[in-house]
Amino acid sequence: MNPTNYLYLSAILFSIGAVGVVVRRNAIVVFMCIELMLNAANLAFVTFANMTGNLQGQVMAFFTMVVAACEVVVGLAIIVTIYRSRRSASVDDASLLSR
Amino acid sequence: MNTSTNIVYLIALPLFSSALLMLLGRKADKWGHIFASLISASAFFVGVTEFFAMCSRPEEARAVTQKLFTWISVGDFQVDASLLLDQLSIAFVLLITGVGTLIHIYSIAYMSHDRDQRRFFAYLNFFIAAMLLLVLGDSYLNLYVGWEGVGLASYLLIGFWNQKPEYATAAKKAFVMNRVGDFGLSIAIMIGFATFGSVSFSGIEEKVGGASETALTAMGLMLLLAAAGKSAQFPLQAWLGDAMAGPTPVSALIHAATMVTAGVYLITRSNFIFDNAPTAQLAVVMIGIITLLFGAIIGTAKDDIKKVLAASTMSQIGYMILATGFGPAGYAFAIMHLLTHGFFKAGMFLGAGSVMHGMNDEVNMRKYGGLAKFMPITSITFGLGYLAIIGVPPFAGFYSKDKIIETAFNAGGLQGVIFGGSALLGAIITAFYMTRVMLLTFAGNKRWASDAHPHESPFLMWAPMAILAIGSVASGYLLYSGKAIVKWLAPVVDKDHHEHVEFLPPIVVTALAIAAVVIGVSIALLKNRGEQSESAPSDVSIWTRIARRDLLQDDANEFLFMRPGQEVTKALVATDDRVIDGAVRGVAASAVGSARGLRKLQTGYVRNYALLILIGAAVILAAMWVVTI
Amino acid sequence: MFWVLAPLTVFAAVGMLLVKKAVYSAILLAFVMIALAIFYIAQDAPFLGIVQIVVYTGAVMMLFLFILMLVGVDSSDSLVETIKGLRGVAITTSLAFAAALTSLIARAEFGQEPLGLASANANGNVEGIANLIFRQYVWAFEVISALLITAALGAMVLAHSPKSSEARLSQRARSVARFRGASIGTAAGLPGSGVFARHNAVDVPALLPDGKPSDLSIPSVLAERGDVQETKRYALDGLPKLDEEDK
Repeated sequence: MNPTNYLYLSAILFSIGAVGVVVRRNAIVVFMCIELMLNAANLAFVTFANMTGNLQGQVMAFFTMVVAACEVVVGLAIIVTIYRSRRSASVDDASLLSR
Repeated sequence: MNTSTNIVYLIALPLFSSALLMLLGRKADKWGHIFASLISASAFFVGVTEFFAMCSRPEEARAVTQKLFTWISVGDFQVDASLLLDQLSIAFVLLITGVGTLIHIYSIAYMSHDRDQRRFFAYLNFFIAAMLLLVLGDSYLNLYVGWEGVGLASYLLIGFWNQKPEYATAAKKAFVMNRVGDFGLSIAIMIGFATFGSVSFSGIEEKVGGASETALTAMGLMLLLAAAGKSAQFPLQAWLGDAMAGPTPVSALIHAATMVTAGVYLITRSNFIFDNAPTAQLAVVMIGIITLLFGAIIGTAKDDIKKVLAASTMSQIGYMILATGFGPAGYAFAIMHLLTHGFFKAGMFLGAGSVMHGMNDEVNMRKYGGLAKFMPITSITFGLGYLAIIGVPPFAGFYSKDKIIETAFNAGGLQGVIFGGSALLGAIITAFYMTRVMLLTFAGNKRWASDAHPHESPFLMWAPMAILAIGSVASGYLLYSGKAIVKWLAPVVDKDHHEHVEFLPPIVVTALAIAAVVIGVSIALLKNRGEQSESAPSDVSIWTRIARRDLLQDDANEFLFMRPGQEVTKALVATDDRVIDGAVRGVAASAVGSARGLRKLQTGYVRNYALLILIGAAVILAAMWVVTI
Repeated sequence: MFWVLAPLTVFAAVGMLLVKKAVYSAILLAFVMIALAIFYIAQDAPFLGIVQIVVYTGAVMMLFLFILMLVGVDSSDSLVETIKGLRGVAITTSLAFAAALTSLIARAEFGQEPLGLASANANGNVEGIANLIFRQYVWAFEVISALLITAALGAMVLAHSPKSSEARLSQRARSVARFRGASIGTAAGLPGSGVFARHNAVDVPALLPDGKPSDLSIPSVLAERGDVQETKRYALDGLPKLDEEDK
């Protein structure tokens, strides 16, 4: 089983996540797509760990997971706060920086 | 070569006086003019002592130098500020300081009513200093400093009464046309340095044998251009008539005796170049002939006495330039004519100033007439100068002009006949118009304005005129007796002592010259007898009209140079405005435009920004893909 | 196994993008994460795989679902794109991105045969990872734990509602405050109109609820006739004086 295939899968998942960030309007779904991108990167790390025979890739993936968890916590708290004041979870509403 | 410590005083004294008078300002008004004249006389005194010292030395040791300081020292190029006093320069020194001092004395009386008298004398002294530097410099570069100095002095003095716009414009015209000549001199110096590696006269003279004839011809032609600018020769002659806007002493000193002769000095000093470049010599001769006829024709049609004298100067310098074009045979005679011309032309200009002084500054000869009774001394001195210039023996002009005509004929063959014939024709016309001046001014019926009461000029004015008249009478004989001038200048111009070929026997030439004089005077007497009218007749032939318009010289200059120059300036201004300023404005406009375009990127939508991040990442990957191919 | 699970993963991811309801997206994402955990285990990373399921799928995704509950379970996006052209450009760009990535991966030279993790896992995978974390990367480990704590604090701060810091009065206190209010209005409400009226003459003005007489209550005919009384006298607080005068 060629580990390179995992790398291809990781690349595809990453791009799907990238499209999702841009296309979806619901803030929570955007977040979920970011999570998908992070997971794709983790998969790549683990595959490289397998390929180099070194556990450092797995340690990297571990740390990435922890950081992702922190990010989710804070991000969702922000979304909740915004939702409370605006009653809408659309990403397009924060457009005050336009010209 | 011997050294001397006195040469610098010739220049330093007038320069110091000029600076002092300019710096002290109004405080020096009461004594400035006397002081300046005394300084000029002291410079003459130094010149005379140097002359006698030079005469007492043997011929090989006559030239002396004095090094002042090292001026330029750049790598291999070294130019010293040095002065050279040899047989050629001493002649000029005596002329400049002598005639200069006489004119200073004349100006004390002539300018006594002028408020800016002190400034006038400061400029006169400055001119003396610059002209002396010109003739005493030992290299082309030192000469150039003096050359520029006299150009500046000329500008200042022509435009002395600069309250009148025409006078200021005349000064500008003189300066600009001089500048064209100066350009020629700079190019000549550059060619000289490039060919010989040196700019000093002795340095170039040593190496002249090894240079190519093209380089020598080029340098010679450029020197000719410089001489034409300074000496008002064709094609740079249009400024001399307008330069009469300056006070009459200025016209006498600068535009008759000294500055305009600087061109002749330059060519004579560069004899080693011209002698080895026959094409350049031919050009010199051609210019001389064209100018002498040009000036003579203009002189016949002018009614302004000063402009007639200016045209006459142009013509006589044409004779001198013609003589220098004949190589060692002609240099001495050119210098001799220069010296005699200095006497009689300056004398006539001072005489004209005296007439103007007596006639309320009227210059139109149509308003003169019958002045001989009322201004006896002026008419006698002017008359002596007149006889000298037309070449009546034994006056000065006869000797010098006769010798020049003879040298022209001695060029041999058809060329000699043409050159000599043109010189003779010029002599006829000269006799004609000078007689006309005499008749209109001193003889004939009185055509004065109602408020004119002509009177003789004060002593300080007629004394210099008298001294110059004596010079007009005697200088020719003195300079030529025993071929004195030829032998004196030979070490400078004729080192190899060429044998001069004779084409016509001298007595024939003399007869022809005298015949020319007689013909000219007779025609003048015939045409100008009887009552003269007060205003210039208008029913004249087309030739007279053209001659009145200075043979269309101003129109030609305007057409060939001024209008194209104006067009170029207009084009440049338009380019600067539209292209360069337009480019600057265009940069600003494009900055604004691109900013306006870029503003549209700021939509405020987070998703747009996320998309831009994605696009950026894709671009980086594509770049990596390309790089690793 | 890979060739079954990998396409399913991709379909799940694409589906996550396409479904309208957010909850469905969350469930699909959870599916993707579990599949990834299986991939980790298949690549000799059992620790990581279990952590993925427990932490990621279990905690993070459940957190997502809780927030969805708060925000609104049935909140759905319309799938119509509001920003013009965004969808097309985004899909093109990400296709280009994917193509570039895959071709780069295909061209990449690894330099050696892929080693397995047999020797690294010699003492067991957990020991191996622990060896790295607590020796070589202990500094990073400490920093990340600090980050976690900070994140938790941050979430608490953000979720804190300002209203809860105000004191809430008890019922008794509120009742007392009601009856001690500035006017009878806070206790029992203001009386209806006409309760305090003293006259019913046609030229006596009626009183407004705050006690001021109203000019509008007098017919204008009387005003034309000049038959009116001064309305100001009839203000509520001037009534005692009027009573005195009447006596």
